Amino acid sequence: MIGTFLLLAFFLVATASGEIAMTYGMKATGEPARLRPKEILQFLGRAVRNGWFWVGVPLMAASFYALLILLSWQPISFVIPASALSNVVGTLGAKYILREEVNAARWAGVVLVCIGVALVSLDSIPAR
Amino acid sequence: MGHESRLRIKTLVMVLAMVVCANTGDLLLKRGMSSIGAVEFTAEGLSHAFRLTIFNPTIWMAIFFLLGFMICYMTVLSWADYSYVMPAGAFGYAVLTVCAVAFLHESVSIRRWVGVLIICVGVMLVGQTKPRTTEVPASQKVAA
Repeated sequence: MIGTFLLLAFFLVATASGEIAMTYGMKATGEPARLRPKEILQFLGRAVRNGWFWVGVPLMAASFYALLILLSWQPISFVIPASALSNVVGTLGAKYILREEVNAARWAGVVLVCIGVALVSLDSIPAR
Repeated sequence: MGHESRLRIKTLVMVLAMVVCANTGDLLLKRGMSSIGAVEFTAEGLSHAFRLTIFNPTIWMAIFFLLGFMICYMTVLSWADYSYVMPAGAFGYAVLTVCAVAFLHESVSIRRWVGVLIICVGVMLVGQTKPRTTEVPASQKVAA
């Protein structure tokens, strides 16, 4: 069981850090001047030359594989609601690493989304 | 229209595009992989599945939509907060449930509807906060 919790912790940290690295890279790249195909392609060209993009991609891949391993170890009714905690870890990262302003309304929203995702996911599990 | 309103509208449009692309991509991938059948975990089985995947137009359409999701996600993160985009993306669960009822005529349990309702309230709470709370570097300021 310790292995499961360590892997869950790894999954939560890898998911949040991968997406935070991606956000950092996209902010550093700067938004496209207009939302038109040419400008978006130019933006993507700049984005893939940003080092943070290449930090984010392997972390996101690692989080995906950690989720697959968790699913092979534990029942889906534990793994999917537990993985919804990545919203909370991600919000903590956004607040303390990206320095985003997370006020009470945003925190309440994130917690409600976690609970809602857990409920919806539990209901999607096929009966055995 | 003020800068704040423009930012809110373009963020909303990109998040909706993200949700539509992700859900459509997932559904097409599911349909494409189902048409291929169960993959055998042997060298021959995997190479056979790979060949079938390469020539399956549904899977290519799925990849197209999932690529669209990634482009929308990267683009919206270039201006909006991660803590704003991440929970807003969960709105896809609500869209999927409504689509399942409206188009597939599936029956949905009370627990799932409660989950969808809670997600919607959560997304509305996050949605009424500012999409961007960090500074825009002077060198990156562009017309929205």
